[in-house]
Amino acid sequence: MTILGAIQPMLTSGLDGDNAWRLEHYLKRGGYSALKKVLAEKISPDEIIGEVKKSGLRGRGGAGFPTGLKWSFMPRDYQGNKYVVCNSDEGEPGTFKDRDILRYNPHSVIEGMAIAGYAMGASCGYNYIHGEIWEIYKRFEEALDEARSAGLLGANILGSGFDFDLFAHHGYGAYICGEETALLESIEGKKGQPRYKPPFPANFGLYGKPTTINNTETFASIPWIVNLGGDAFLNAGKPNNGGTKIFSISGHVNKPGNYEIPLGTPFSTLLEMAGGMRGGRRLKACIPGGSSSPVVPGDVMMQCTMDYDSIAKAGSMLGSGAVIIIDETVCMVKALERLSYFYYEESCGQCTPCREGTSWLYKIVHRIENGNGREDDLELLESITGNIMGRTICALGDAAALPVQSFVKHFRDEFIYHIEQKKCLVPVDIQRAGSGFFSALS
Amino acid sequence: MLTTESLQRIDREIEKYPADQKQSAVMAALAIAQEERGWLSNETIEFVANYLGMAPIAAYEVASFYSMYDLNPVGKYKLTVCTNLPCMLSGGVDAAEYLKAKLGIGFNETTVDGKFTLKEGECMGACGDAPVMLVSNRRMCSCMGPEQIDRLLAELE
Repeated sequence: MTILGAIQPMLTSGLDGDNAWRLEHYLKRGGYSALKKVLAEKISPDEIIGEVKKSGLRGRGGAGFPTGLKWSFMPRDYQGNKYVVCNSDEGEPGTFKDRDILRYNPHSVIEGMAIAGYAMGASCGYNYIHGEIWEIYKRFEEALDEARSAGLLGANILGSGFDFDLFAHHGYGAYICGEETALLESIEGKKGQPRYKPPFPANFGLYGKPTTINNTETFASIPWIVNLGGDAFLNAGKPNNGGTKIFSISGHVNKPGNYEIPLGTPFSTLLEMAGGMRGGRRLKACIPGGSSSPVVPGDVMMQCTMDYDSIAKAGSMLGSGAVIIIDETVCMVKALERLSYFYYEESCGQCTPCREGTSWLYKIVHRIENGNGREDDLELLESITGNIMGRTICALGDAAALPVQSFVKHFRDEFIYHIEQKKCLVPVDIQRAGSGFFSALS
Repeated sequence: MLTTESLQRIDREIEKYPADQKQSAVMAALAIAQEERGWLSNETIEFVANYLGMAPIAAYEVASFYSMYDLNPVGKYKLTVCTNLPCMLSGGVDAAEYLKAKLGIGFNETTVDGKFTLKEGECMGACGDAPVMLVSNRRMCSCMGPEQIDRLLAELE
């Protein structure tokens, strides 16, 4: 993980050397001091939730829902098990921050989840880890063993009377399980198909018990907030956009990777941190919040700051903070074709508008890309997206529709050229040079 | 049907969940069974279902829903290449084409010597390291240019 500039990172500070993920190293850099403080001072759950609310922390998985508010939805007087669940099923194209948090700083997630368990009266948690990152899953299991051995997890943590145990659940390849209720179904050993809401997980979650699900980065932010206070976290970002955030930069930059910056940092600064545009080429477009967020033209993106509000104003979403950088060598029809294929592949098949609609979207974009587009195809795409959006149980339908709408809106000329000329506006040899793969051969 | 070692691993997974929720271990149990048997036949799935006390069809639903389970035999090594957009921008599709040419097979095919099966993957959550590929579900390989692919194939000989 790369950290640059004069910024005080919260999630990635002190991560030097190969053993930074180990408990010993985490303790040396002040780890578990927040959990110890909470237990020793017997800070009340209400006070913790109040501090999280004050911090302005918003869900880092993509939806940006205020975390403190979410925690306050958990029933207080419920008799029986309650659960906290961490969503590390990171499969949104462009996002790879949670993998690095778990790889380099797993104990920050464990500590954050234990504090969350204390604040919401839950004594058990699960961390659902993306199927493709087996090595990270194994490491997290090892970190859990370390925490258990040190008395930081399990029964009567540090003699406080508070019990909390935590387990890792390994996914096996399904994008939809990043949707929180699909994830719960998956932990229950079923197909990952989203549930109807309401009831919301706070009332009917894992095994039908009250459950709160947060993203990995969200939990990792909690120790910092408890140690230094909600105000300090809020002030590190900007109003309504508290804290720092890890952005995953992929695509046509010189140094793809994760960068932790305060919310509100100019996009141009972030681009510079990532080494600038590869080959000095022009920024054609940017997908600022993972593949499900609408694409933004390059010149508009250059005027944005990286926070929920500024990106929303530019017509997109901050999402999970996955910034996909697209330069002028890319055919936007081809780019959309690949994204549409993804949603078609990953639709769980439960709702007809999504199951059938994602298939139609892909087939139509595919035929435009391959020179078989029809004159009314763009209208057809608009009509199909309109008939998917808002008509499905979960957000995958909207996530499939938004890229189509935004690509066609901002790059309409390229789509029309494809339909009329039956070829790409961007010459094929330029496209081929863009990835840099074959230049390594010559 | 499965070795004692595999069953012990499955037992450890069962312990993670409440006593009346053994089905929660089905994903891990199927993965462990696949690791041992190479792929999941109906008989293997049924065995896992019976072991966990769940209906075989419910275990089959899980095995057929998640993409990393193989319901048909695969080669000694399964290479899954991510071709999704962020990877594609940095050579993911090119890497897949390079592998197809080198191995003489397409996606979902196995080399005649039974050594390699090639699969097209979706986002593995490692887009900054593109091109990315996964060897037999377990080992992720990053920044796979032509030279790195050649080296990997030689190593897996």
